Amino acid sequence: MLQVKNLTKIYDGGVKALNNVTFDAPKGQFLAVIGLSGSGKSTLLRCINRLIDPTEGQILWNGEDITAANPEEMRRIRRKIGMVFQHFNLVHRSKVLTNVLAGRLGYVNPAWSLLNRFPKEDMAKALQQLERVGIADKANQRADELSGGQQQRVGIARALMQDPEIILADEPVASLDPVLAHSIMKHLEEINKKDGVTVLCSLHFLDLVHRYADRVIALNEGKLVFEGLPSEIDDKKFKDIYGRDAERVG
Amino acid sequence: MKEPNKNEKKSSPWKSLGTGLAVLAGLIVYAYGFQITKIDLEQLRSERRQESLVRVTRALAQPDIFEYEQVAEAFTAPVYVTCPADGGIVEAPDTSGPYVTVTPSCAEPGEMVTVEGFKFVPNSSGPVRFVPGSDPTNVVELGNDTATTDADGSFAVAIKLPKRPSDEVQFIRVTMRRNVGTPQFTQTARDTWNKIIETVFLALLATTLGTILAIPLSFIAARNLMKSVRSPLTSISLSLLGWPLGIAVGYLLVSWVGTLSAPFAENIPVNVLFVVLTPILASLGLRWALPEEETSKPNKTTQILRLIVLFITVLVAFYGLFQLAHLAINVGLLGIAGLGSLAFLGNFLFQLGDIIAITTPVLGGLATGSALSSFLGRTGQRASERLAPSAIRLLNILFATLAGATLFGLFGWLVEWLYQIGQSVYVLWGPLIVGGLLGLVIALITKPKDTLSTGMVIYYVTRTILNGLRSVEALVMAIVFVIAVGIGPFAGVMALGLHTIVSLAKLYSEQVESIQPGPLEAIQATGANRLQTIIYAVIPQIVPPYISYTMYRWDINVRMSTIIGFVGGGGIGFLLQQNINLLNYRAASAQMLAIAIVVASMDYISSMLREKYV
Ligand SMILES: Nc1ncnc2c1ncn2[C@@H]1O[C@H](COP(=O)(O)OP(=O)(O)O)[C@@H](O)[C@H]1O
Ligand SMILES: [Mg+2]
Repeated sequence: MLQVKNLTKIYDGGVKALNNVTFDAPKGQFLAVIGLSGSGKSTLLRCINRLIDPTEGQILWNGEDITAANPEEMRRIRRKIGMVFQHFNLVHRSKVLTNVLAGRLGYVNPAWSLLNRFPKEDMAKALQQLERVGIADKANQRADELSGGQQQRVGIARALMQDPEIILADEPVASLDPVLAHSIMKHLEEINKKDGVTVLCSLHFLDLVHRYADRVIALNEGKLVFEGLPSEIDDKKFKDIYGRDAERVG
Repeated sequence: MKEPNKNEKKSSPWKSLGTGLAVLAGLIVYAYGFQITKIDLEQLRSERRQESLVRVTRALAQPDIFEYEQVAEAFTAPVYVTCPADGGIVEAPDTSGPYVTVTPSCAEPGEMVTVEGFKFVPNSSGPVRFVPGSDPTNVVELGNDTATTDADGSFAVAIKLPKRPSDEVQFIRVTMRRNVGTPQFTQTARDTWNKIIETVFLALLATTLGTILAIPLSFIAARNLMKSVRSPLTSISLSLLGWPLGIAVGYLLVSWVGTLSAPFAENIPVNVLFVVLTPILASLGLRWALPEEETSKPNKTTQILRLIVLFITVLVAFYGLFQLAHLAINVGLLGIAGLGSLAFLGNFLFQLGDIIAITTPVLGGLATGSALSSFLGRTGQRASERLAPSAIRLLNILFATLAGATLFGLFGWLVEWLYQIGQSVYVLWGPLIVGGLLGLVIALITKPKDTLSTGMVIYYVTRTILNGLRSVEALVMAIVFVIAVGIGPFAGVMALGLHTIVSLAKLYSEQVESIQPGPLEAIQATGANRLQTIIYAVIPQIVPPYISYTMYRWDINVRMSTIIGFVGGGGIGFLLQQNINLLNYRAASAQMLAIAIVVASMDYISSMLREKYV
């Protein structure tokens, strides 16, 4: 269970990217985050695993306050929070397998991992995850030799290596074409439904929200403007979220 | 109607005047520059200058590289001084080989005769002498003439007969030098070869040393990696205290381990035994003390036991290092004695062993320093998290004062050591009190729960030192090192190495600053710690620019190493400068040629490699 309470983030330049945001993500839910670009979706997701330090508010993770965790505790918390990025964020010059194994860095002993040594079980597990997302044959290629869709699968495999309890997906399909988008979303859906992993996914297109999300929260200029079921987004709500001039296409 | 454009430049007399003045100022600057740099084309036109220029240029065009072995062959022709009664008829010479004739074959003392030679080696020369007496092999010679053969191998010289009248036949001897066999390298060429090898290796060592040390420096000189490093004041103070304490303790401890290994220093089998055994023991210890993966936290006893095992393991590893040093020294000595022309391999081993033996305690000190500092830092971190603000404030005051005093005290000690001031007010109590007060003030103005940006402090300090050192020319550094370690290539390696470290660290760190932040973020998000993030997200991204900068530096180092000898830093520059000073331009020319060849070929090789790998 993830609870976000009165979360506010003000960047150094003075931009208020999040403004008093409060919501819960129950265990096992597929929660979509929508909003215009610049509305604070990425900031919200990055606050949850403290890639960004929030200015005010609390984030409770199974009752533990993430915002108060020290670096060592953070390492322990982060390894249970997988993250998938819009631009995949793979290390281009490393092998696919190394990229996937990197998901174990929070678990392995730092001293050994510095020598690029991972336990045998982790190696087997990495291949298994690649199998699961359907690109086991690419394990020994360089990450930048893969297409966008394949790179995102590596990103998902890396997150799966963490044995995550929650996956934060920051517009995971925004850089992919619609067909690929669905195949990636289906992987996330399967992880959510089969493994019971909570998914917090920011999305651009409403049709994807309708198709995959259990619940939706919407941000507008850092404020939470909607919280409810996808089906509850009517024309009025739509205009609240996306602004007066927006046209519904999806 | 067209609106007047406000941005359009209006011409005004003031503007023209300004331009005129600027041109005038430029002229004055350049005129002054000519005077300062003593530009004087008259110098070029002066007769004397041109003559020496021609002489030097010709010498430079004939580098002293090859020489022939030369043989001197003497040819004689009979001559009568004062013509005898029979008119001085002489035998006709043997014309099958080179031969010499004298015409006329008799003359009065002081008269001129013509000595001609035929069938000699073209363009050779040699002395023409008068040999008194009836023996053509007589060692006494008179006169001072030289014969030089033309393109056909013939010559003709007019010589004046000496006042040695005799009834007997006397001789004219022409001694001609002739090249035999294949061309050989001159001594200059051999010296040049030795020195050019030294030069290349000087560049190689400096580049290697510089690269290895510049890499870690480049990380702490990169803003994007250091910016997020923040810690509470207690933690900073404790880790600051940890460094000197750890270095001292570690140095003493490892030196003590060194004395333990001394009794077996001379015994090669024992050396080998330990060199084989200690890595095995160490890796077993490491494997046990640092399990590859742990899902749950171990209990206290295991943790303490692990720490003890780790400690012993590290001591064992250092013992092994000392034994390795002894082994290298012993085997090296054997090699020097027994390998003949490969003795340099033995010497290399010996030096390597020596380096290990000297650096191991230093390494131990640094390792212990960093371990203690990070341990204390973490303890401070934990204390700051758990304790109440008032308690933290107390700790802050205590440790910050202590750390400030220690830091300044050490600085005072350094000043004392350097300048021998000898007044404890300035070098002991003064710094201690000032440092302590500074720490106290910082502790008082920081809020107990605040963290300070340690990373940026380290960043700025490193940057400042790098920039400062980088502005010192490698040649100047070489002068300093020549004073410190004596004339020779070692000083050159140190100077070039240091310059390489600082300039590469700067270039490298700029590369680190320009990596993509995405992968960095992704690796951090997995729960990786700082070091893991560097290894998995930073290093893969910076490999290509690092390689290309290292090669670029290699080019520079090859160039620099050719001239670092000018100030005594070893390499070919030393020879070159010597020969120029001795006006030995043919030798200097050989060295310049060697430099040109080496620089050009290294340039070619590195550009080829760069194309291939970057
Ligand atoms: N590192 C940063 N520094 C300052 N402002 C930022 C930073 N990152 C994002 N912002 C600002 O915060 C707001 C929210 O950004 P973001 O969370 O990226 O929105 P979204 O992901 O919904 O497009 C934007 O106005 C953006 O300009
Ligand atoms: Mg975004």
